[in-house]
Amino acid sequence: MALDTAWAIDWVRRTASTIDEHRAELVNLDREIGDGDHGENLDRGFRAVVETLDDGSFETPGAVFKAVATKLISTVGGAAGPLFGTAYLKAAQAAGDATELDADGLVAVLTAARDGVVSRGKAETGDKTMVDAWSPAVDAAAAAAAAGETPEQVLAAAADAARTGAEATDPLVARKGRASYLGERAVGHRDPGAQSTAYILRAAVDAA
Amino acid sequence: MSVGILVVSHSAAVAEGTVAIARQMAADVPLVAAGGTEDGGIGTSFEAITAGIEELSSADAVVVLCDLGSAYLTTDTALDFLDDDQRARVHVSKAPVVEGTVAAAVAAQTGGDVDAVLAAAASAAATETDAGSASGASDGQPGGTVPADGPAAVDDASASATVELVNESGLHARPAAEFVKAAAKHEAKVTVNGVDAKSLLAIMALALPKGATVTIDATGPDAQDAVDRLVELVRSGFGE
Repeated sequence: MALDTAWAIDWVRRTASTIDEHRAELVNLDREIGDGDHGENLDRGFRAVVETLDDGSFETPGAVFKAVATKLISTVGGAAGPLFGTAYLKAAQAAGDATELDADGLVAVLTAARDGVVSRGKAETGDKTMVDAWSPAVDAAAAAAAAGETPEQVLAAAADAARTGAEATDPLVARKGRASYLGERAVGHRDPGAQSTAYILRAAVDAA
Repeated sequence: MSVGILVVSHSAAVAEGTVAIARQMAADVPLVAAGGTEDGGIGTSFEAITAGIEELSSADAVVVLCDLGSAYLTTDTALDFLDDDQRARVHVSKAPVVEGTVAAAVAAQTGGDVDAVLAAAASAAATETDAGSASGASDGQPGGTVPADGPAAVDDASASATVELVNESGLHARPAAEFVKAAAKHEAKVTVNGVDAKSLLAIMALALPKGATVTIDATGPDAQDAVDRLVELVRSGFGE
């Protein structure tokens, strides 16, 4: 299926499902090295987002992303609200009025989302944050697009790289966020935001 | 210029409690608490922050104090949604929330503009490190090497005076803020009873009442002038 408005809506619905399904896991990851609210907050946020989708009509993927952004920002009480909210907001701006994303359009959307997260949270690669999932995802997507792959293949490359990136946060010491207070004790635990980023991008693949 | 203060915390109790502490010393400053999530939980609320900035719309400027990381993220996000002219009024301080809010409120109460309020908040953060480095320097340098530095000796002029506090409230709140403001006008390093005279919280922590004796020491090019001005200010009773 093309990466059109119906795909964007299905992506968001699948995101809400996968976050709900992994809520306990995300709560536990965050409890180990944070304040334990990541799973609850994201679950609440995406439930509210789904209600917004049920109530509205959307003409473009960009319009869907914008609705997600404003809802997440206003309903998620933790850092994930402004971070994912900014990601979707920048994604919406990058998507513009396009009714369908081609491979390059998808790379532009993912890049804008990643840049939004970086500018909001001021984290760099290796800080043990969601940037460690976003950045490899963007790099993999750009490489796949440059190799002439289809939008679906580009998306799959991004999701695979995000998962690998999330796994790679396990041995890191955190330099941003609540986990940075733990020093060496954060080693051996996965960053919850990187993990949820991987789930969100996986949902995008499943919707395509 | 009027400066309003917005306190953003993960906890409604912390935000409201911080506002209550600051209000004791700054009754006329508009202070607004934006703590906790919409449903009363722990977290920060985009809506509450946006509403708080709106509530302070009659102030010429707004200084925001935040607690932990996502308070800053949510505040920054809220600021991104403001019109440019509204956005320009709002300044986010990196000072610790309780100490910073109290210092900022006292500075605003004594008529400080937004830069003075931000500087007062920042001085609350610097208090501990300043104290640490000051004692470190004096431990390592008992003063024996000073004469060896010929040219530096000119800058190392020092002055000292001891004076009694004559005003009712002592060196507290508004008088403390005026003292800091006067000390900050001088290049010299100034201490009062051994603490940094340019740090509002350090001075307030001395809790010096009426009748207490204060020793003002200054080192630097305008040391004598600094001591003279501060002695004059103390003797004037801060207008009380």
